[in-house]
Amino acid sequence: MRAKTAILVAVLVGLHLVLLSAGFFAPYDPTTQDRELPYAPPTRLHFEDDSGFHLRPFVYAWTSVLDGNYSGSYEEDRSHEYPVHFVVQGPRYKLFGVFETNVHWFGAIEPGRVLLFGTDGYGRDEFSRVLFGGQISVAAGLTATFIALLTGSVLGIIAGYYGRWVDETLMGVTELFLSLPWLYFLLGVRAFLPLHLSTLRTFFLLTGVIGLIGWARPARLVRGLVLSSRNRNYVLAARGFGGSDVYLLRRHILPETFGVLLTQAALLVPKYIAAEVTLSFFGLGVSEPVPSWGNMLSTLQQYSVLISYGWLWAPACAVIVTSVLYSYLADVLHSQLKSHST
Amino acid sequence: MNYIGRRLVRAILLLIGVSALCFLLTEMAPGSFFDEMRLNPQISPQTIAALRSRYGLDQPLIVRYGRWMKSALHADLGYSIAYSTPVTPLLWSRAKNTLLLTTTALLLTWMIAVPLGVWTAARRGGLLDKTVSLASAFFVSVPELVIAVALLAIVVRWRILPVGGMVSADFEVFSAGAKLQDVILHLALPVSILVLCETAVIVRHVRASVLEVLGARYIEVARGFGTSPTRLLFRHVLPVAANPAVSLLGFSLAGLLSGSLMVEMVCGWPGLGPLLLEATLSRDLYLVIGGIIFSALFMVGGNFVADVMLLALDPRIRRDGDGDRTDAS
Repeated sequence: MRAKTAILVAVLVGLHLVLLSAGFFAPYDPTTQDRELPYAPPTRLHFEDDSGFHLRPFVYAWTSVLDGNYSGSYEEDRSHEYPVHFVVQGPRYKLFGVFETNVHWFGAIEPGRVLLFGTDGYGRDEFSRVLFGGQISVAAGLTATFIALLTGSVLGIIAGYYGRWVDETLMGVTELFLSLPWLYFLLGVRAFLPLHLSTLRTFFLLTGVIGLIGWARPARLVRGLVLSSRNRNYVLAARGFGGSDVYLLRRHILPETFGVLLTQAALLVPKYIAAEVTLSFFGLGVSEPVPSWGNMLSTLQQYSVLISYGWLWAPACAVIVTSVLYSYLADVLHSQLKSHST
Repeated sequence: MNYIGRRLVRAILLLIGVSALCFLLTEMAPGSFFDEMRLNPQISPQTIAALRSRYGLDQPLIVRYGRWMKSALHADLGYSIAYSTPVTPLLWSRAKNTLLLTTTALLLTWMIAVPLGVWTAARRGGLLDKTVSLASAFFVSVPELVIAVALLAIVVRWRILPVGGMVSADFEVFSAGAKLQDVILHLALPVSILVLCETAVIVRHVRASVLEVLGARYIEVARGFGTSPTRLLFRHVLPVAANPAVSLLGFSLAGLLSGSLMVEMVCGWPGLGPLLLEATLSRDLYLVIGGIIFSALFMVGGNFVADVMLLALDPRIRRDGDGDRTDAS
């Protein structure tokens, strides 16, 4: 169990590190278009040619085949081989948004291109877009979770600790929020915000809205914990010794809620990533050309794209992997919390 | 009927809360339907001001909310600016389709999830239990949107079912039987998406609540008396396990409504979803508020039905007025 948990955490941390340094791992800029290569399939890595086996993989360029009806099929142009190199120079970018550099993890010598997940309708490298889109989507999930947990725990503590009418009012309001079908509400709130905004403002409005709708459940959980620990003997004793409210909360009551909040976080992050993906999918979230997993998937709304270009499902796979990892983490945390408390 | 009365009051308070929240948000939000008009040089500021006062948008929030509440009591939820028609009939014509979709999905989900949950709990650790646990864990964590788009792709790719809309183009000339069949065929895809997503959630809850009861002392005692496993399950376990499961019914409705909104938009089912999306994009204020109120109405109605069912099922509620209703988390 221990080892499994360690592997899980390592994989999750790795995933986030890769997304964080997307500029390094992505061979191309996510917004650079190539109108000559729309819907190009993933590049195949070759090891063998006429002259035999090579240890260093190489790629061929795609040339489009126009067979009467424009179906956009591609064929490998075997006349040139472009070896794939690791740690190469490519387009300039800012690592972590600070250090300007042009070093990439891998790439082929120009004009050869390594398109691991092919290209989208504008000829943009899907692999790079999945990485950069992941930055946005996962950051949206994390920020919204943070907002929800912060609001939820502050209000939950107030309700649980001060009780009486404060408690009753706040719990009434949580009931209101819990019984709202959240997507209707999210759509409604989005309707009241301006449609066209800068990406950064959209991002923060979006995460703010998602987070603020979700505060009710954490608030109820925290309230329950505070309520039960408030009347424990050691807390009563500390109060008898003259401990102030703030001291009691900080020293004795808040630490009790930590485990539950952590489990909630692991549950909420994938839920909020899904919320961002859903909103952006319908054009209400992060907008082009900035990639997010949601707006990348929205190209699948065209039936012709939906059934023809399998590689455009890459962001969906990324969402699935991330969600499953987080849910697994939530499971592990939950069972540890249970075994801890009994 | 004290219990029923209190639940009713709570439902009404919830509806008032939702509508107040909507109005508060409209007040805080920048921008309105007339923003686009303001950019148009052919429309004078006076015209816009006149339009604003015609729709009552120049009044303070409290006045607008009061007026809206008064007319809402007469089932009039305002006037759609984009469609130039009262909101209520517009919403109702679409809400019927949403109701058809969600109730079908709800019934199917519970018909599948409850037996499956009970069965897997009773045969804990068996092959079926393991498979169902794994599958439901997967479908719970994967976003509904991804499942919806994946199923849509399968259906479109192999042309299994008709996609888009509620009826075929030549629906009018069909006989009654063919009409019914046509609607069912169009319903099949959105319903299966919803059932797949929701069943995964409900199976887990049903299984957990049955398992909890199975572990109780009095079940051990009953087993010690030599009660047959079947009788044990149906006579002693299920009636007790029903309480949390039925309270879950209300909560599952919220998930189902959100899910159906998304599924409708993906599959082009002519329910509230596409209408609300359009209204959102054109900033059609009262239509959006009306849509949210409608969804809250379904929600509250579903919760109320769940409460009444609890009253019928749980003698503790009949005795105390309020049982130990636990949150379905």
